[in-house]
Amino acid sequence: MRHLLSIADLDRSDLESLLNLTDRFVEVSRRPIRNVPALRGRTVVSLFFEDSTRTRLSFETAAKRLGADVMTFSVGTSSVKKGESLRDTVETISAFGIDAIVVRHASSGVPSTIRRWTSAAILNGGDGWHQHPTQALLDSYTIRSHFGSLDGLRIAIVGDIKHSRVARSDVQAFTKLGAEVVLVAPPTLLPPSLEGWPVTVSHDLDAVVGTIDVCYLLRMQRERMVEALVPSLREYAQRFGLSPERADRLGERAIIMHPGPMNRGVEISPEAADRPNAVVTEQVANGVAVRQAALFRLLGTESQLESLEPKGTS
Amino acid sequence: MADRERRGTPPYGGEFVARSVVMDSDDLTRAIRRMAHEIVEHNHGLDGVELIGLQTGGVPLARLIADDLEEIEGVRLDVGVLDVAFYRDDIGIRPVLAEEVTEIAFDVDAKTVVLVDDVLFTGRTIRAALDALGAYGRPRSVQLAVMIDRGHRELPIRPDYVGKNLPTRRDEVVDVSPEGVRLGEMVRR
Repeated sequence: MRHLLSIADLDRSDLESLLNLTDRFVEVSRRPIRNVPALRGRTVVSLFFEDSTRTRLSFETAAKRLGADVMTFSVGTSSVKKGESLRDTVETISAFGIDAIVVRHASSGVPSTIRRWTSAAILNGGDGWHQHPTQALLDSYTIRSHFGSLDGLRIAIVGDIKHSRVARSDVQAFTKLGAEVVLVAPPTLLPPSLEGWPVTVSHDLDAVVGTIDVCYLLRMQRERMVEALVPSLREYAQRFGLSPERADRLGERAIIMHPGPMNRGVEISPEAADRPNAVVTEQVANGVAVRQAALFRLLGTESQLESLEPKGTS
Repeated sequence: MADRERRGTPPYGGEFVARSVVMDSDDLTRAIRRMAHEIVEHNHGLDGVELIGLQTGGVPLARLIADDLEEIEGVRLDVGVLDVAFYRDDIGIRPVLAEEVTEIAFDVDAKTVVLVDDVLFTGRTIRAALDALGAYGRPRSVQLAVMIDRGHRELPIRPDYVGKNLPTRRDEVVDVSPEGVRLGEMVRR
């Protein structure tokens, strides 16, 4: 594994091996000293063209806990403002001698494009509506830690599927790990075509809520109002929000998930968000360990197992 | 040699072929018994002594030493388990497989910690273990017990308790299992 660009590039055994490595870092996070020097001397750059606090901080925390040096590139204070191209920005940063770039961009495909301009490993921190692979890994990890395995689970992803890279990544990861996914959304918030998506679709949360193990709510973005994809936030909340009544109808062991930041009162009621089976902060905590696993996998040596093998050096 | 060491020894993906048997299982039992006695003697009992087995080969050995210590002194020591993968200095140079559990349920502060491993070779694992131990506290002293000392040290590290000193070539491989100790090499499949 040279880059982490998309869940689509990973098969079930890749995903499981990353989740197993995450277990190790969760254990490290319980030690009195949470830092290990595994990536000492490596440099990780976070290159965020789109606002993000949790993903960027989570990646930076992960890199620091591995002993790597972290450089933060924030677009607001950079030459991008002066009109520097993406390519020049990437080539300039690479010239400092760096080992990994964590990139987030509003355009789909940016992470896979920039890998041609640098020798650093690329980690996708979210690109457009396309992919957010570490979110899918941390969601899978969180579910696995509650149920032992995703095999045979029924997971509902509720909300704005169309504009959601989280949904696209999660659908791939959850189904590769053996879960069944049902998308719950109004037709306006579904992609024009779901061909090739291994999912079922429902427009009625009430019909689904009693049958699922995981209720995954997506953030309802206010911009969607402007585009008139839903009549009003209030109506959306009534039909697709997780109200206390709907949360009551979830199975006994079912968990409530959200990628954050939550719009309390829209996709999730404040009361449901604070229930013991809402695992949102657990997702955040697991995010650091998952990103440690991803960084260690790319910058550590496991990838060298294959690259060293043919040479047979001793 | 545990499976993980085997996978991390070149040629990668090769197979271990034994050339000679160095110790049989009875020899191992006797060596473990002697090392347990030495630990008790050296520390004037087991007061403040803790055992930590290094993943992966040191863990079963540490448990066997703990069994003998219990017979000798009537005290059951809790065996800690330590995976040093994230503390190695050869990350990026050779495959480092990080998949084993670390669990140290006791406080190491001001204790005498006996690290246990199956084979002492370059000493780099032990250096990493000393670093890792530092994340848990500050032991009063750290001692080292190994079943086989095969030489070729790259760091100023020496064992306190040794099952057997075994002169080896650098490219040879020492395999420690409950059945005994074998000397051989990795052969490409």
